[in-house]
Amino acid sequence: GQTQKMNLFQSITSALDNALAKDPSAVIFGEDVAFGGVFRCTVGLRDKYGKDRVFNTPLCEQGIVGFAIGVAVAGATAIAEIQFADYIFPAFDQIVNEAAKYRYRSGDLFNCGNLTIRAPWGCVGHGALYHSQSPEAFFAHCPGIKVVIPRSPLQAKGLLLSCIEDKNPCIFFEPKILYRAAVEQVPVEPYNIPLSQAEVLQTGSDVTLVAWGTQVHVIKEVAAMAQEKLGVSCEVIDLRTILPWDTETVCK
Amino acid sequence: MRKMLLAALSRVLQGPAAAAGRTASRVVVASRNYADFANEATFEIKTCDLHRLEEGPPTTALMTREEGLHYYKTMQTIRRMELKSDQLYKQKIIRGFCHLYDGQEACCVGLEAAIKPTDHVITAYRAHGFTYARGVPVREILAELTGRKGGCVKGKGGSMHMYTKNFYGGNGIVGAQVPLGAGIALACKYFGKNEVCLTLYGDGAANQGQIFETYNMAALWKLPCIFICENNRYGMGTSVERAAASTDYYKRGDFIPGLRVSTRWPVYCLKRLLVFTGWDRVKLQTLCVIFPLPKGPILMELQTYRYHGHSMSDPGISYRTREEIQEVRSKSDPITLLKDRMVNNNLASIEELKEIDVAVRKEIEEAAQFATTDPEPPLEELGNHIYYNEPPFEVRGPNQWIRYKSVS
Repeated sequence: GQTQKMNLFQSITSALDNALAKDPSAVIFGEDVAFGGVFRCTVGLRDKYGKDRVFNTPLCEQGIVGFAIGVAVAGATAIAEIQFADYIFPAFDQIVNEAAKYRYRSGDLFNCGNLTIRAPWGCVGHGALYHSQSPEAFFAHCPGIKVVIPRSPLQAKGLLLSCIEDKNPCIFFEPKILYRAAVEQVPVEPYNIPLSQAEVLQTGSDVTLVAWGTQVHVIKEVAAMAQEKLGVSCEVIDLRTILPWDTETVCK
Repeated sequence: MRKMLLAALSRVLQGPAAAAGRTASRVVVASRNYADFANEATFEIKTCDLHRLEEGPPTTALMTREEGLHYYKTMQTIRRMELKSDQLYKQKIIRGFCHLYDGQEACCVGLEAAIKPTDHVITAYRAHGFTYARGVPVREILAELTGRKGGCVKGKGGSMHMYTKNFYGGNGIVGAQVPLGAGIALACKYFGKNEVCLTLYGDGAANQGQIFETYNMAALWKLPCIFICENNRYGMGTSVERAAASTDYYKRGDFIPGLRVSTRWPVYCLKRLLVFTGWDRVKLQTLCVIFPLPKGPILMELQTYRYHGHSMSDPGISYRTREEIQEVRSKSDPITLLKDRMVNNNLASIEELKEIDVAVRKEIEEAAQFATTDPEPPLEELGNHIYYNEPPFEVRGPNQWIRYKSVS
């Protein structure tokens, strides 16, 4: 359909816009999301959808995620924002012990599948200890949740919409260094990219390189360099969903 | 009037050892005894809001000329240091994060004056003022900001992670320092050295869960932990009314007694409070009769204001008006108020204070010069101090081909 030039944060805004339009029970909340968010991912949404659907929370990550789980269990679609992935640790217990295990421990009577947690992720050059972390590994061994990391605006919008619609709690990490740096033509209408499916960006026969998020771009360069300087043919795979990951594509 | 110092009873009763300790840690102020200067003055102070306390601290405070000059110089140094940091940041000599403290100087100076160098302080990331108050010279603070090896943490900490003896930083994660403060207080109690720990946090952090967990432990175990909420009305960009169900942060401790020092009121010297809680060991014998409070934690809310935005990437005017900032600057600036009070009560002359200003500016310029010319820490040291006493191991750098050696 019709596409528009968007960078990563604009594609996120577009995805959230589509989600709120399609699902009347969808709510977005987090620290400072009302005015647009510290990375402008939620700009304009409060004006468009109202202050009872896009609202700020106080400074309490554990509370935000716990609250989000409750919203999801009750049936509304909860899109919670943790301001930086580095701050997700107070909420670690809620995610691992509550969100991930809800469906299992209630024998499918209850679930918080309507939950999506978004967080800016990864190094940015000046972030130092607490604005640069990539904590996906901590969550990668927790059955019950899904962890997704896009590499570009086009991927981000499709993957985020899939996360929101997926009936499992999802954590969506957004590479903050790409918020402005990555620009693509992104469809304005909603579209989905399936979760748990890796994408082969470049075929090759000698070695497989697997990456996600910002590193995908580095790895592509590496593959080109390897081909040119070492004559090695590399297969480049973007994992996209870290958990549950596409073992088939990678191992093939 | 943001900063008034009491001292009457305290000074009289304070033992010679304590006084000597304090003088030693103080900057030497030229002891000019002009015949026409008063030596001290008493100031009236408004009563403060109390929670679970039957009587508040006394309503008068005595400040000596010497103390006043010291406070003035310290606050002015911090103010100029923060403004210099702002300048260096805009010149891209300081990178990363920088949370400036100008406007709030009264808090750290007042608190530092009340405690001993052997007491402990822990605060959040807006820590440059405390770092200076706790004894780190300006050049080491600025060198740390510019990431040079002359910095107080060898250039590896930066703005948010400055430490010195009995000052535990400098913490990035909001609210995470509060349980640590209680732990330090427990250690104080355990070692029986009669020290206290000031545990500071902001109005935004006051909504974090771990703070309430800490209140409980501190009260349960009667820890010598003094919680101080520096309420500068905005948690980054969110005003307190929009973030907190109750903006009476001094009451948040519930079972912990609390008091609020308002902006229109001088920031109270903790000395008074220490006496109050019974933690002041010097006066315990004499004053616990007057203020027979059981020992335990206490919560103090300081209403203050920051002129800069939350950090250097925040202009600070999207969530508040320039008029508001101007109004606070003109009516409640701590340095101006102290200056007015000292001059009006004949404790100092305008010229004398101007001379201090000049001396401070010079000190800051020299420190900035050092901070911009000192070399950066050598690259080989990048991976050091991850562990302690472990054999050296390799640390991966930003790509697989760069390795650093980590030496403990």
